[in-house]
Amino acid sequence: MSFAKIPQPDELMNIGYAPPKTEWMNTPVDFRPGTWSYGAAAKNLTALDMPNPRTWQPSDADWKLPENWKEIILAGMKERLEKYRSFRLFMDICVRCGACADKCHFYIGSGDPKNMPVLRAELLRSVYRRYFTTAGKRFGKLVGARDLTVDVLKEWFYYFYQCTECRRCSVFCPYGIDQAEITMIGRELLNCVGCNINWVMEPAANCFRTGNHLGIQPGGVKDMLEFMADDIFDRTGVRVEVPINKKGADILFVTPSGDYFADPGTYTCMGYLMLFHEIGLNYTFSTYASEGGNFGLFTSHEMIKRLNAKIYAEAKRLGVKWILGGECGHMWRVIHQYMDTMNGPADFLQEPISPITGTRFENARSTKMVHIVEFTADLIRNGKLKLDPRRNDHLKLTFHDSCNPARAMGLFEEPRYIIQNSCNHFYEMAEDTIREKTFCCGAGAGLGNDENLEMRMRGGMPRAMAVRDVVKKHGVNRLGCICAIDRATLTTLMDYWVPGVTVMGVHELLANALVMKGENERTVDLRGDEIVVS
Amino acid sequence: MNLLKSIIAISVIALLASGIAMNQAASRVLAVAAPYAVLSFFLGGFIYRIIKWGRTPVPFRIPTTCGQAKSLPWIKNNPVENPAGAWGVIGRMAGEIFLFRSLFRNTDVKIIDGRPVYGGTQWLWFFALVFHGSLLIVVIRHLRFFTEPILSCVSSLSALDGFLEIGVPALYLSDVALFAGLIYLFLRRVLIPQVRYISLFTDYFALLLIAAVAVTGLLLRHFFPVDLNELKTLAMGWVTFAPVVPGGVGVVFYIHLCFVFVLIAWLPFSKLIHLGGIFMSPTRNMANNSRRQRHINPWNAEVKVHTYAEYEDEFRDKMKAVGLPVEKE
Repeated sequence: MSFAKIPQPDELMNIGYAPPKTEWMNTPVDFRPGTWSYGAAAKNLTALDMPNPRTWQPSDADWKLPENWKEIILAGMKERLEKYRSFRLFMDICVRCGACADKCHFYIGSGDPKNMPVLRAELLRSVYRRYFTTAGKRFGKLVGARDLTVDVLKEWFYYFYQCTECRRCSVFCPYGIDQAEITMIGRELLNCVGCNINWVMEPAANCFRTGNHLGIQPGGVKDMLEFMADDIFDRTGVRVEVPINKKGADILFVTPSGDYFADPGTYTCMGYLMLFHEIGLNYTFSTYASEGGNFGLFTSHEMIKRLNAKIYAEAKRLGVKWILGGECGHMWRVIHQYMDTMNGPADFLQEPISPITGTRFENARSTKMVHIVEFTADLIRNGKLKLDPRRNDHLKLTFHDSCNPARAMGLFEEPRYIIQNSCNHFYEMAEDTIREKTFCCGAGAGLGNDENLEMRMRGGMPRAMAVRDVVKKHGVNRLGCICAIDRATLTTLMDYWVPGVTVMGVHELLANALVMKGENERTVDLRGDEIVVS
Repeated sequence: MNLLKSIIAISVIALLASGIAMNQAASRVLAVAAPYAVLSFFLGGFIYRIIKWGRTPVPFRIPTTCGQAKSLPWIKNNPVENPAGAWGVIGRMAGEIFLFRSLFRNTDVKIIDGRPVYGGTQWLWFFALVFHGSLLIVVIRHLRFFTEPILSCVSSLSALDGFLEIGVPALYLSDVALFAGLIYLFLRRVLIPQVRYISLFTDYFALLLIAAVAVTGLLLRHFFPVDLNELKTLAMGWVTFAPVVPGGVGVVFYIHLCFVFVLIAWLPFSKLIHLGGIFMSPTRNMANNSRRQRHINPWNAEVKVHTYAEYEDEFRDKMKAVGLPVEKE
């Protein structure tokens, strides 16, 4: 990726936190190149039966909104105020204490006050007051209410697509107000009048039709996985099988398509294949449900459900016992907090039990889907894997907690347990930047596109700087994570802020260390880098 | 600007209150009828809010997890910051409500030597707790006007509150604490540019209104003493639904009363309703057990999906060509 068009890192670090002279309601949004994402192409909206497909860009003066756009938005707000307690409550109870302000990575990286979660929420709250509260209807601006205008809509677009729904602010809010929830509703409203970004809508449209974000057709999925099997053979001398759409498998395995599409995610995927082969798991991939990720989460609650429905449907068709899910962040927010409610009950599946250890995954009793780090941690704990951590001695690893597994699940110890059993050099980043306080990669929630690069580098800065600290202190050269979006976006982020640090999934690390039956002596890791035992 | 407007608003209330105090008919209305109107506003508004929130469904289970989840038995979980069941939620909510747990996490960020540095900053937490705690004590202390005999816990609380015995009547510690809290919260709002930038008229108004209540209350106790028996008679009159107009309570008392009434009546319609809202926040009051136990969405939307049959119809030939199994040959 070329950084030519955006400021140099030291220039970008020059962040002014002083608010502008003009009041925020009188400060119009400036669509500066590098800080926003392209509008969605008409074909993608058409494919999903979404409103107002057209050719447009956010930088255009005329957004070609439907004639009655205002009524649509206000009716949409009314509907959602009646459907979501979170939305109504979060509109009502904020006291503007500002505790959330400097918790947002976009605010820390940009200094733009509308990136303070409190003010991002006020963009919507001001309209809520104007049309849905007595005081706002009567006293208007005096009580923080304002009319809904095209400029306000543009401001929503700019800032709701400058939030990665990472939920860090909600950890610090004394009332638990969650900006992710407000952004999700804000984006739903924007979607009602066709204001969405292509980097979300294209993956969503692809996923709907082909089963995965990247639009890979069945043969392509098979090719890629078999290509990986060949690579594994080259590295280890072990031929792993690639079961696809196999009826009668015990387990359906679903992972984000990012894992089989591009480096470094592919190495993580190779890790899964090697692990499953080694333990003799009777499992299958699916081409129809070939996506764990869900860009519906960045579109609307309905879209989450539409895209997610494939997973249970496929599990039922293939007749598996339960489902195993790969390393991914927002995918797991959907699986953990939405799937069962939306598309369950999964009464055609069985309560997940590890066929290798006999462990019953009681925490997944109802949803019947287990996170792979839970599965693997249990294997290691029961001594089912032979690991040689020295094979990762060439790596000095730190671990990035991905937003959703951290703040929507609390999955902290499982990945660390795997890491500690798979390598000898593991260093934590600073306390304020890990676990529930982890910083976003800056490019989640559909913002990981090239045109938005400056804002990504700004938003990712707090994460990158925490990595740079452990690079200086411990010579860290590898950043581990359990998220496919991270694997793609952190790579760019590191190239910009901390060159020399590369990114890997936890199962790549594990597979490097995994001693397989019948393997050749390993001299290189999955990437072909030489193993140097220290 | 917003600050100025709220200072004006407070001054207008004070002036109106003085006017009421000067006018016999008006002060009669304030002492006899207003309390019931205020109470019905408060109760009505509060109940309306709670019912409105309560009747709005919680379609998804969306707790924010701040600690290790309960997963495998050998992994130590954090039962409070990431509650797995009702007891954990109760613990978590108690922490939020009584100790402002989340606010305690507060950090600030500074760019030092070209990188962000995070520092713990518990001052907001400390003064917020001091402010809310002392406000609660002040409210409880006022119960002595509303029961006969005075509840023993109320009198012991008052005694404890004034144990330093500075001045006659004794200065209450809670009053000092309340002012400390108010001053901190006010200065913070005015002096920190970011907080000033987000502050609305109502944010200043809320603080100044409580400050006005406190100042007039303090004046009444220490500088313009009022016959406490009159006040007691007045309050007991309200409680027994036989209100009487008090004699010789003075202008300051009426101003105090006016501010209190405005505060109570306005509370349910303002951001101060966070008092009730905090109990209902779905990111805090739900257990993180959504994979263990299915959460029901009462309006679970019907959506159009892309079925496997439709998928296979489009890709059947390609699937067969690469040897992938199909349902229909």
